[in-house]
Amino acid sequence: MNLAGNRTVAVSSSILLFVTMLAVVGPWISPHEYLTTDFSHILLAPAATNMQFFGTDDLGRDLFVRTMLGIRVTLLIAVVASLVSLVIGVAYGAIAGYVGGRVDAVMMRFVDTLYALPFIFLVILLMVAFESNFFLIFVAIGAINWLDMARIVRGQTLSLREREFVEAARLIGVSTPRIILRHIAPNMLGIVVVYLTLTIPQAILVESFLSFLGLGIQEPQTSLGALVDAGVNQMEGASWMLLIPATLLALILMCFNFLGDGLRDFFDARQK
Amino acid sequence: MSLLEVSGLSIRYAGEAVVEDVSFSVDEGESVGIVGESGSGKSQTALALLGLLPKQADISGSVKLGGEEIIGATEQALNKLRGRRVGIVFQDTLQALNPYMPIGKQVRQVLLQHELAAGDAADRRVMEMFTRVGLPDPERQFRAYPHQLSGGMRQRVMLASALIAEPDLLIADEPTTALDVTVQAQILELLEDIRDNTALLLITHDLGIVAGRCERMLVFEKGRLVDAGPTTSLFASPGHAHTRALLDVAPRIDRGTFPAPIKTSTILSVEAAEVVYEAGGSAQLRAVIDVDLSLRKGETLAVVGESGSGKSSLVRAILGLIPMHSGRVVYAGEALDGPVETRSIAQKRDFQLVYQDPVAALNPQMRVQSIVGEPLSVHEPSLSSQERIARVITTLQKVGLDDNYLRRYPHQLSGGQAQRVAIARALILEPSVLVCDEAVAALDGSVRAQVLALLRTEQNKTGLSIIFISHDLAVVRSISHRVLVMYMGRLVEFADCEKIFAAPRHPYTRALLDAVPVPDPVVSVIVAPLKGEVGSLLSPPSGCVFHPRCGYAKEICSERAPESRDVGGSRVACHRADDIELTPQHS
Repeated sequence: MNLAGNRTVAVSSSILLFVTMLAVVGPWISPHEYLTTDFSHILLAPAATNMQFFGTDDLGRDLFVRTMLGIRVTLLIAVVASLVSLVIGVAYGAIAGYVGGRVDAVMMRFVDTLYALPFIFLVILLMVAFESNFFLIFVAIGAINWLDMARIVRGQTLSLREREFVEAARLIGVSTPRIILRHIAPNMLGIVVVYLTLTIPQAILVESFLSFLGLGIQEPQTSLGALVDAGVNQMEGASWMLLIPATLLALILMCFNFLGDGLRDFFDARQK
Repeated sequence: MSLLEVSGLSIRYAGEAVVEDVSFSVDEGESVGIVGESGSGKSQTALALLGLLPKQADISGSVKLGGEEIIGATEQALNKLRGRRVGIVFQDTLQALNPYMPIGKQVRQVLLQHELAAGDAADRRVMEMFTRVGLPDPERQFRAYPHQLSGGMRQRVMLASALIAEPDLLIADEPTTALDVTVQAQILELLEDIRDNTALLLITHDLGIVAGRCERMLVFEKGRLVDAGPTTSLFASPGHAHTRALLDVAPRIDRGTFPAPIKTSTILSVEAAEVVYEAGGSAQLRAVIDVDLSLRKGETLAVVGESGSGKSSLVRAILGLIPMHSGRVVYAGEALDGPVETRSIAQKRDFQLVYQDPVAALNPQMRVQSIVGEPLSVHEPSLSSQERIARVITTLQKVGLDDNYLRRYPHQLSGGQAQRVAIARALILEPSVLVCDEAVAALDGSVRAQVLALLRTEQNKTGLSIIFISHDLAVVRSISHRVLVMYMGRLVEFADCEKIFAAPRHPYTRALLDAVPVPDPVVSVIVAPLKGEVGSLLSPPSGCVFHPRCGYAKEICSERAPESRDVGGSRVACHRADDIELTPQHS
C-alpha cells in the first residue's frame, strides 16, 4: 500500500491544499482590502455581486478577504507550532532517552515543571508583561506543544536504544549523535509524523480559544478564532459572520485529524 | 478407515498458494512427523486440521477426522472437536497460555468446556494430569500463573491441557524448539510416555526428533508434500531429492572429523571474569563467575551451555556492551576494559558481533549499502563514496550476495540473506575476532550449512578468530577447535573439540551431548540424560551448582564448589573428574 492510495490521506490533504491555495491567492485577486471600512455596506449577506462572496461585517469590511487572512494566520500557527514541536521536542526527547540516567531525570523533570504551569495564566501574564503581538502567541503555543512530543520521543528512544541494530552500531564505533540521527530518529519517523498531524489541530484550537477570549490576535489582524468571536456577537442578524469561519475552522481541524489517522494506518501497515 | 484423512488440501492467501494439493492420513495411535524448512507450509497444514486458519485463507480440499469433515465446518462443531478429539501444543507457550489465569484453571477449562467433569472431580483430574506430566507439587502449581513457570514447565502444562480430554489426535507444532536440549529430551520422552493411544502429528524442522520419535514421516517443500513413508526407510533411502538434501545438511553429533586443534599464539585472554546484574533491591544475580578463557589466532572457540549459563553475558562483557564486574581481559598485549564507547578505535575495529536474529540486528530504515558501508564511514572516513561502495560490493560478494542487493531494505531479504548482510557488515573492517551469538540458530538447514561454510572459508583466508556461542552441539562439533562448557555462570569444562565430544570429563558435558537428537533412526532413541532444570541464579545450590542434577554427586559436591583444574589436557571443574569414566552415547 502506498500513501497516495490511502483515501483518507488523499482526500484530506487535497482539501487542505485547496484551502491553503485559496488563502494565499484569495486576498490577492479580490478587489477589497482587509482593513478598509465602508459604512455604506455594513452587514451585507454573501453575494457574488461586487465579489463579496462572504458578505461584510459590522464595519463594512469584506469578509472573504478577512476570512482568507484568518486562514493564513491559523495555518501559520499550525506550521510554527509543529516546527517547534518537531525541532525542540524530538531533539530534547531523543537526547534524554538515549543518554539516560541523571541527564534524563533532570531533563524530564524540567518538562514536568513546565507541564505544571497553568497555561492560560501564563498567557495572560505574557500579554500583560509585553504588548500583545503575533510573536507572543507563537511563543506561548510553541512552549506547550513540544512537551508532549518530547515525552513521546523519549519513550520511543528508550525502547529503540535497546534494539540490536543500535547495539551493533555502538560496537562498530558509531558516535552517539550519529546513532541518534541515523539509527534512532528514522525509526521514530512514523510515530512523530502521526503525532505532529495531531498536534496541529491542537495548536489551532488553542489559538482560536485565545482569540475568542480576546487574548490572541488583535484587530485589525485576524484569525479564524477571532472571526468566530466577532461572528458570535452578530449571530442573530448576520449568521454568516459566524457560520462561514466556524465551518472553515471545523473543516481544517477535521482534515488534520483525518490526515493523522490515515498516516497512522499507513505507518502501522508498513511496520508489519 | 484412518483417524485423520487429508485429501487435496490447498491453502491460498490472495491467490498465492502456501499449501498445494496435500494428501495424507494418520491412523489411530500412530506417530507421524512432518518435516520441512520454514515456509514449507507445515504449520499452515496443522492449523487447517484444527480449522484455525484466518478468514483470509482460501482453503480447498478435504480434512476428515474420524469421518467428520473439518473444512467448512461451523465454529460450534469445531469447538466440540478442539481439545476433545484433537489436542494441540504450540512452540510459544507464553503466547498460548492466558497470562492472567492460574494454569490449573486453564487446564480445567478443557474439562468444563466438554462437560467431562465438574467441581472437585475436575480439579482432581487436573492435578492427576499435572502429576503425570511431571509438574512438581501439583497442588501449588494449580494456582501458579504462566510467568512463574520455566519454559519447560509451561510446555508440560500445555501437554497436560492437550491430553487431559484424552483426544484421538495430538498435534505438536515445534513443541521443543524454544527449549534447551536437556529439557527437550525430557519433553519428548514425556510425550511418548503419556500419549497412550493418542495419535501424534509432530511438526518439526529437526530431523533428529523425527528419527527418534515417529513411525512415519512426511516431507514438505514449498507447500507441497514431496516425500512420505516409514521413517527408517526414508532415512535409509530418501524417495525425493529434497529429503536427501535435508538429510545432507542436518548436522550430526556422532559423525564427521573434528577440526584439528590450532597451535597459534593466544590473542585474547580472559581471567576470572565476573558479571553481576542488580536484581532489584540488594539482590545480586551473578551471571558469570570466575571464568577464564583464551582465544588463539585463527581459532574457533565454541561457548556452549543451556539458557542461563552466562555464555552471552560473558562475551557481551568482553565486548564492552555490559559492564564486567571484575576480571582481566587482555587483547594483543593490551588491557581491554570499559564500555565499548571508551575503547580505542583500533580495538573497536578488531571486534565484531553477529546476532541470532538478523532482522532485528539490521536497521529497518537503512538500505543494505548503508548498513554494510557504515563501519567504513566510521573507520575510514577518507574513502570517497565510490570507493566505499566498491568495498561494500566486494564484501557482499564474499558472503555470496551480488550488487542487486545494494538498494534493498532488510524487510526485502530472507532470513539467510539478512544474516549474510549482517556478516558482511561485521567482516568489512577485517576484524581479528568475530563473535557469533547463536548466529545460525534461526536459519534453515541448507542456509545454515552455507553460512558455516562461509565462516570457515573466511577464517582460512584471513586467520579470523571466532567465538561461537551456541546451544546446538551438533553444529559446534563441525566447526570449533576448542569448546568452553558453562553451567549457571561457571566454567564446567574447557578442552579441545575432540576431547569434549569423545571423552568428556564433566558429567554435565556428557549429559549435554547425550541429549542431542541424532538424525538417524538406527541410532537408539535418546533417553533424557538429566532430570530437573537449571537452578535459580538468585539462590544457587550449595557446593557444586550442578550437584542436584548430577548422577555422580557425592557428599563433597554439595559442600564445596570445585576449583577448575587440568585433567588429562582438559580444564574441568568437578570433584570427581579423575575417578569417573564418561563415555557419551554417540562418540
